[in-house]
Amino acid sequence: MNDALVIAGKSYQSRLLVGTGKYKDFQQTRAAIDASGADIVTVAIRRTNIGQNADEPSLLDYLPPSEFTYLPNTAGCYSAEDAVRTLRLARELLDDHRLVKLEVLGDPNTLYPNVTETLAAAKTLVKEGFEVMVYTSDDPIIAKQLEEIGCVAVMPLASLIGSGMGILNPWNLQIIIESAKIPVLVDAGVGCASDAAIAMELGCAGVLMNTAIAAARDPVMMAGAMKKAIEAGRESFLAGRMARKLYSASPSSPTTGMIG
Amino acid sequence: MKSRMQIFVNGSAMQLPADAMTVLALVEHMQLTGKRIAIERNGDIVPRSQFSDVQLQPDDTLEIVGAVGGG
Repeated sequence: MNDALVIAGKSYQSRLLVGTGKYKDFQQTRAAIDASGADIVTVAIRRTNIGQNADEPSLLDYLPPSEFTYLPNTAGCYSAEDAVRTLRLARELLDDHRLVKLEVLGDPNTLYPNVTETLAAAKTLVKEGFEVMVYTSDDPIIAKQLEEIGCVAVMPLASLIGSGMGILNPWNLQIIIESAKIPVLVDAGVGCASDAAIAMELGCAGVLMNTAIAAARDPVMMAGAMKKAIEAGRESFLAGRMARKLYSASPSSPTTGMIG
Repeated sequence: MKSRMQIFVNGSAMQLPADAMTVLALVEHMQLTGKRIAIERNGDIVPRSQFSDVQLQPDDTLEIVGAVGGG
């Protein structure tokens, strides 16, 4: 079955997108990402360490951009201006790479997104030719506005970044998915494999996660679990679930041919 | 007398060893040659292809960034 995830006209085999932060070391990062089967990996853009050992290994040595699609993010940005500057640098850094993850935060304690700054940044980035996958709250109206601006994917939170609280408002996600013409991916809040499967069963095009894998006791095993959950959830969605009924007078075994 | 020039790199003041220096010379001076980096100078991107053309000026503010792990 060819059921590729298509974002901005490009096909990806995996519907699981993973972050590259919070791992013990680069070896573990690589092993977990291999186990996840992800094609798209997020990276952060940060100041180079001045005076560091020039031969020190970098993330790029372990995850060559030739093997993965990099999704540079704006993590830690609290204004549209900072987010746009960061992604302009990312574009230069990654040789005119245009696919980016926009996130503008509003509060350092909860990491809740600032949607007004997000909307402003999205407008500028789309105008400059970026392909914007945008992290936002689970507000259906904001999601629609981000689509109308020209974002290539909208990524509402399941719950707050790093919280592992799972999908707190499946109904809002369902409204967003039903009205969107662009892929909807859940980004943030997934804690375990069943959360990922539920997101996919709701009809999400994919799930982006980092902490759920990196903070597991065994990140590599959890990465494999997430891969299976995403695949199972997707197939469950495509297969179409049975109708929910309070009870059924139709048992699965024949009602005739009983002994006695 | 030859005066040394001060610029700001990633938020810190830096004394340059020469008063005339290109972005490329700065990259070499900082031992970042061959590293995957991107540079912003006074708010504008300096494309890699222009590193050798852009001359640093006193009090220039530079951001030099790379990709790191993140979610």
